Amino acid sequence: MKASAPSEHSVGSVNAAEIERLLESVKDPEIPVISIRELGVLRGVKVENGAVEVTITPTYSGCPAMDFMRMEVERTLKQAGIGNFQVKQVLSPAWTTDWISDSGRKKLLDFGIAPPPHSADIRALKGGSPAIACPHCGSTETEMLSQFGSTACKALYRCKACKEPFDLFKCH
Amino acid sequence: MSEQEALFRYTLRMGDNSLVLGHRNSEWCGHGPVLEEDIAQANIALDLIGQARNYLTYAGEVEAKFRPSALPTGQAGPLRTEDDLAYLRGEREYINVQLVELPKGDYARTIVRSFLFDAFHLPLQQALTTSKDERLKGIAEKAVKEVTYHLRHSSEWLVRFGDGTEESHRRAQEALDDLWRYTGELFTPDEAEEVLAKAGIAPKLADVKQEWSATVDRVLKEATLKRPADGWMASGGKKGIHTEHLGPMLAEMQTLQRSYPGVEW
Repeated sequence: MKASAPSEHSVGSVNAAEIERLLESVKDPEIPVISIRELGVLRGVKVENGAVEVTITPTYSGCPAMDFMRMEVERTLKQAGIGNFQVKQVLSPAWTTDWISDSGRKKLLDFGIAPPPHSADIRALKGGSPAIACPHCGSTETEMLSQFGSTACKALYRCKACKEPFDLFKCH
Repeated sequence: MSEQEALFRYTLRMGDNSLVLGHRNSEWCGHGPVLEEDIAQANIALDLIGQARNYLTYAGEVEAKFRPSALPTGQAGPLRTEDDLAYLRGEREYINVQLVELPKGDYARTIVRSFLFDAFHLPLQQALTTSKDERLKGIAEKAVKEVTYHLRHSSEWLVRFGDGTEESHRRAQEALDDLWRYTGELFTPDEAEEVLAKAGIAPKLADVKQEWSATVDRVLKEATLKRPADGWMASGGKKGIHTEHLGPMLAEMQTLQRSYPGVEW
């Protein structure tokens, strides 16, 4: 893919909020309805003397989507004519599902993925009896089929009311 | 041994343990006993290989600081990357514990091996979240959440096998009796581990062993399995001396980079 040449005009005038808005178009490739900001992967944008620094953090150590999301951030910035930037990856503080925004949780649900319980409920989850509502019919009569689902961040559930299987975004 | 050299060996070992076990677990991909377990093993392998990437990247950076002579022609770089360390080291240069390199065996054996390692890995990662080394601390903060799920998974399956049918109980007990001799090495510190324990960078393995032992007793009891007596213990992995199984595994894992050096896609 060919990036457009950086434009001198836009570089000097960008601010962090504009870049965050711009990066709203970068989605999780596995869950294409949710942006990396809503997912909590985008940790911050700094602009100093015209140099842009974007900080991202992986959801899981081995998340295979991380390299893709980084490339998308770089491509988006280049396309907007921003040439002077750096994408930094940090591990600490460690990503948590509590960082998924309310709009992100709503989009997960609409997409058919049950949003994660808040970490205050993690003990309940580990004890194996959380009340997870089915994203299709809303029933809490659900059961876990496997702690490990279609991607590292999801567990596999089944709804006993509507009989549909679904993914739960795991509490992390 | 200087603290920098100890840190290099330590991060290299953490990476090797995760990489080798991750590779072994990935051998179930497409061969799992049921679909859910096939997916679970692939996910766990992915976590472990992701952790290995973090450790090996760091190990390369640490090495470049304490041993500039390891770099080509005395240049300031390039340092050994995660890929160099994973794909271009021979068997004797791998310093993982022997437990993780053993063949996957049947599913009972895979679960018993994972359980014995996970029960060690979790308290180790928990302790590393308070390491004085910021980088090790950051990697551990991430890993500890993943390893919590790993231990839960292997514990549940161990109970299912142990407290299951006569056949599943027999196979789980046999695997346990057979693998027990590889657990001693987990808790026998080498010089690097001693240097870092003194510096507050890594935990004392004796402390990790206490927690491991309590977890093992608790889960084995629920699984109606018998804890084997401590007898002769295998060792050598931490010094690069391995069982006959690591070489063939590495040959397969490294074949692409060995056949086509520097290939990328």
